[in-house]
Amino acid sequence: MEKKILHLTVNGEPHELYIHPKKLLVEILRDELGLTGTKRGCNTGACGACTVLLDGAAVKSCSVLAVQADGAEVTTVEGLADGARLTPLQRSFLDHGAFQCGFCTSGMLMSATAFLREDPAPKDIKEGIQGNICRCTGYNSILRAIKAVAEGKYKEEGR
Amino acid sequence: MKKYSVINTPVHNIDGIAKITGRAKYTFDITLPRMLHGKILRSFYPHAEILDIDTTKAERLSGVKAVVTGKDTLGLKQGIWRRFKELCDEEILTRDKVRYIGEPVAAVAAVDEDTAEEALDLIEVEYKPLPGVFEPLEAIKEGAPQLHDQAERNINVTRHIEWGDVDEGFKKADYIREDWFRCSSQAHVCMETHCAVADYTPEGRLTVYTSTQSHYYIKVLLAEILGLRENDVRVISRYTGGGFGSKFELDSAQFCSSLLSMKLYQPVKIVLTREEEFTATKRRTPMFYYVRSGVKKDGTFLAKEARVFTEGGAYTAMGATALYLTGFFQSFPYVWPSYRYDGYRVYTNTAPTSAMRGFGAPQATFCAETQIDLIADELGIDPIEIRRKNAMYPGYEVPGQATIQSCGLSQCLDKIDEWIKSRGKLPANRGIGIAAYGFMSGGIFNWFDTPYAFSSAIIQINIDGKVDLYVGSQDMGQGSNTTMALICAEELGVKFEDIRLHMGDTENCPVDLGAWGSRETLMQGNAVKMAASKAKQQILEFATAKLAPNIVYDLDIKDSWIHLIARPERGLSYYDVVKEAIRGKDGQPIIARGHYTPHRKGMISPAYSFGVQAVEADVDPDTGKITLKNCVTAHDCGQVINPLGVQGQLEGAIAMAAGYGFTEDLPMDEGKILNPNLVDYMLLRATEMPETKVMEVETYEPEGPFGAKEAGEGLTNPTAGALGNAVFHAAGISIKNLPIMPEKVLNALKEKKRK
Repeated sequence: MEKKILHLTVNGEPHELYIHPKKLLVEILRDELGLTGTKRGCNTGACGACTVLLDGAAVKSCSVLAVQADGAEVTTVEGLADGARLTPLQRSFLDHGAFQCGFCTSGMLMSATAFLREDPAPKDIKEGIQGNICRCTGYNSILRAIKAVAEGKYKEEGR
Repeated sequence: MKKYSVINTPVHNIDGIAKITGRAKYTFDITLPRMLHGKILRSFYPHAEILDIDTTKAERLSGVKAVVTGKDTLGLKQGIWRRFKELCDEEILTRDKVRYIGEPVAAVAAVDEDTAEEALDLIEVEYKPLPGVFEPLEAIKEGAPQLHDQAERNINVTRHIEWGDVDEGFKKADYIREDWFRCSSQAHVCMETHCAVADYTPEGRLTVYTSTQSHYYIKVLLAEILGLRENDVRVISRYTGGGFGSKFELDSAQFCSSLLSMKLYQPVKIVLTREEEFTATKRRTPMFYYVRSGVKKDGTFLAKEARVFTEGGAYTAMGATALYLTGFFQSFPYVWPSYRYDGYRVYTNTAPTSAMRGFGAPQATFCAETQIDLIADELGIDPIEIRRKNAMYPGYEVPGQATIQSCGLSQCLDKIDEWIKSRGKLPANRGIGIAAYGFMSGGIFNWFDTPYAFSSAIIQINIDGKVDLYVGSQDMGQGSNTTMALICAEELGVKFEDIRLHMGDTENCPVDLGAWGSRETLMQGNAVKMAASKAKQQILEFATAKLAPNIVYDLDIKDSWIHLIARPERGLSYYDVVKEAIRGKDGQPIIARGHYTPHRKGMISPAYSFGVQAVEADVDPDTGKITLKNCVTAHDCGQVINPLGVQGQLEGAIAMAAGYGFTEDLPMDEGKILNPNLVDYMLLRATEMPETKVMEVETYEPEGPFGAKEAGEGLTNPTAGALGNAVFHAAGISIKNLPIMPEKVLNALKEKKRK
C-alpha cells in the first residue's frame, strides 16, 4: 500500500503527515507526534487507555485508522491543561486521588471529559467510564472525582 | 495518639500532576536514538524437546538486525531464590526443552515491530512433543511425565509448619470439620504490560529502562545471567504502570532486549502484547486445599490441620514463598493452640505461578473463613462471636513464627458488628458475609541473598532548605513516593513541598529490595525516618549553639520552626539555620543516610496489619448471578501516613479481590489459556463496583515509622471469603471452588433442593 498524506489538527496544532494507511490513530499520535500521554493497554479496544477526543467524541484510538481521522480535530490528554491551568476534572482527579499507577488515567480523563460535555449533570456517572479499565483504584475514587465536577464543585479557571 | 503536622493529611500524590497531564514517561513511552524493536518467539507446545532451531530465513528478512536463541546465552539457569541453586531453574531462553505454552525460544530485533513479527514466522523450530501433565494432583503421581530431572514426581518445594499438639487437640474437640477447597488462578493485568528498553554501549555498560517493582533485583539478576558486573548494569524505572506481584522477577522482555542489545550495540525495545501478558508472564498460584479443624462446643479453636497441593507451573519463580505464606496465613488472624501445615508445590506444564498481591494469603483466607462460617453455623454461634472468641491480640506469640505487637482485630470486629446491625433486616436472596484477615509488613526472609540492608535512604539538604530524598523503593502506583516524602517531611519538620524525591534508578538511588510483600511503608519508611532524623540532628547542633538554651532543654523542628520543645515560642527559622549550618560545614550540604534490616523479628515479618471485611450481596436464584451491594472494611494499618493512598489501596484491592472471588478465571485446555484477552477475561468494570466504606482502627505499631504498618496488599485477602459467606447467608449454599460463577451457584442450588 502506498503512503498517504494526512491532515490532522491535534490539540489545536495543524499537522500534515505522510503515513502508511494501515497505521492506527494511536500510533500516529505516539510515534509520529510524540504525544505519549495516550497509552495502549490492549490494542483491541477493550481497555480504553488510548481514549482521545475525535471532533469532540471519545474514541478508542487503537480502533481508528489514522486515515479515518483525516481533517478531524483530535484532543489528547496533553491538550487538556492550558499551561499550569488544569481543567476542573484534572483538579478533581488530584484532590480525590483518582489514579494510582496512572497508566489508564489519560483515557479516563478523556472519557470523562466527553461524558460531562455531553451531559454536564449525568444521572449515572458509572456509564461514563464503563469502557475504561483501571486495575489499581477500584474506580470509586474516579467516580467521586467526576461527580464532584458534575455537582459544580470545580469551576473552569479564568484564562 | 501523637499529633503530626504532615502525615495523615490529604496531600496530592507527589507524581500526580505528571500523571494527569500525560507527562509521566513510562518505559512503554521511551524512545532512544537508533532504537530497534524486538519480538519473542514462544513455544506452542506445553512440553517438548527442542531438536533444532533454524534462524537463517528470519535473519535474511530485510530490516531484521539480529536473532538470538538459547545458544546465544551463557546457558545459566536463574531464579529469585538465589540461596537455593536447585530452585534457580529457569533459563528464560530455553536451550533444549520447553515446559509451557508461551515459553520463549528465540527473539528478534528489527527496524520496527511489524518486521520483527514477520521474522518470527520465518524461524523454524523442530520440536519433539512430549506427554504433558497439567494438574498438580496428576503430576505428583508415580509415572507422570517429569518436567525437571532433579524433581522426582514433579515435587518442586515442600513446606512444613507445626506448633502445639495437634493430635491431642483433635482428641479434645467437641466438633471436627474437614473440607476440600479449590482456589483458582488469576492474572495480574497491569495496564502497562511487561516491557523493557535495553541499551548496551561499547564501554561494556548496560542500561535497561523497564517496568518493574524492584530495580535492584532486576539489576542483580541481569548481571548474573549475562555475565556482567553488578554495577555495570543500570536499571531505570521512574514510572511503573502497575505491578501487583508480576514485576519483580527477571522477565523475557528484560532478558531478550538485553541480549539483543549486547549483540548489536544498539538500543532494543520489547513490549509484551496483552496476549503474551496473559499467557507468558506469571500468575496467581492455584491451590488444592484440605482443611480440618477441631473446636469446642462454645466455638473455641483447638486444633487445625491443613494440606495443600499448589499448581506450580513450569518453574519455581516466587512460588516457594507463596507456599510458605499460604501455610502461615491459613492460621491467621486467630489463636490456634495447635496447628500443622504441609504444603507441596508441584511442577506442571502450565505457565509458571508466582507472586500476586496477597501472596498465597487470599487463597488461605478464603478456605479458612469459609470453613469458620460453616462451623459457626453448625454450632449455632454468630459469625462475629466465633471470630471474637479466637482473635489474635496484642502481644500474642505465634509459636516459633511471629510476635504480634499492635493488633486492632477486636476493635475491627466491633465496628463491623455495628455496621451489620445497622443494616437491619435484609431483603430475600441477600446476605452479608464477613472475613477477618491479617498480613505482613514486609518479609524478613532473604532467599535473594542480598548483602545490603533491606532498605536504605539518603538525604541531602540544600542551601534553600529543599531536601533531596533518595530512595530505592519503587512506586508502581501504590503511592510509596508520596508516603516516603510525607515521612521525611514529618521527621524533619518541614513542608511536604520541600521534599524533592529521587527514585527508580540504580545508579543514583540506594538499595531497597523493592515493592513487594507490603514492605515499603515499614522498611523503606524506617530508613527514610532514620536518615531524616540524622539530618535533623546536624541542624539542631547548629541551632543549639545559636540559641544557647539551658542544657536540660531539647530542641525539635515542626512546621519549619526550630524551637525548644518546652518553650515552642523560642526558636529560629529552619531555612535560616540551614543556610548557616552549610556555611559552618565549609560549604557542604547536610547529608545523612538511613537504613533498615529486620533483626530478631521472627520468621515472617516485623509487623502485621489486621482487618475485618463485610460484603453484602444479592444472589439471583434464577440465573445464579451475584451482585455486590456493599463492601465495608474495618482496617488496622497502625498510624495512617497517607489517607488518600490508603483509601485508594483499599478500594483497588476490593475490585481485584472481588474479581478473584466471582468473575476472574484462567480456564485452560492442556496447558493453553483459553481467554487471553480483556474481553473474555472478566475483571470488574466501574458498573460492577459496590459501595465501599472504610473504617480505620488506629493502633500504634512500635516497629513501624510513626507507628505505621502495611496497608495495601493484605486488603486483597478477605474479599473472596467474605463474598462466599455472603452467598452462604443469602442462599444457604457454600461454594468451595473459586471463582463463584453463576453456573456453580445454580448447581449448588439444585443440589440443595434435591436434599
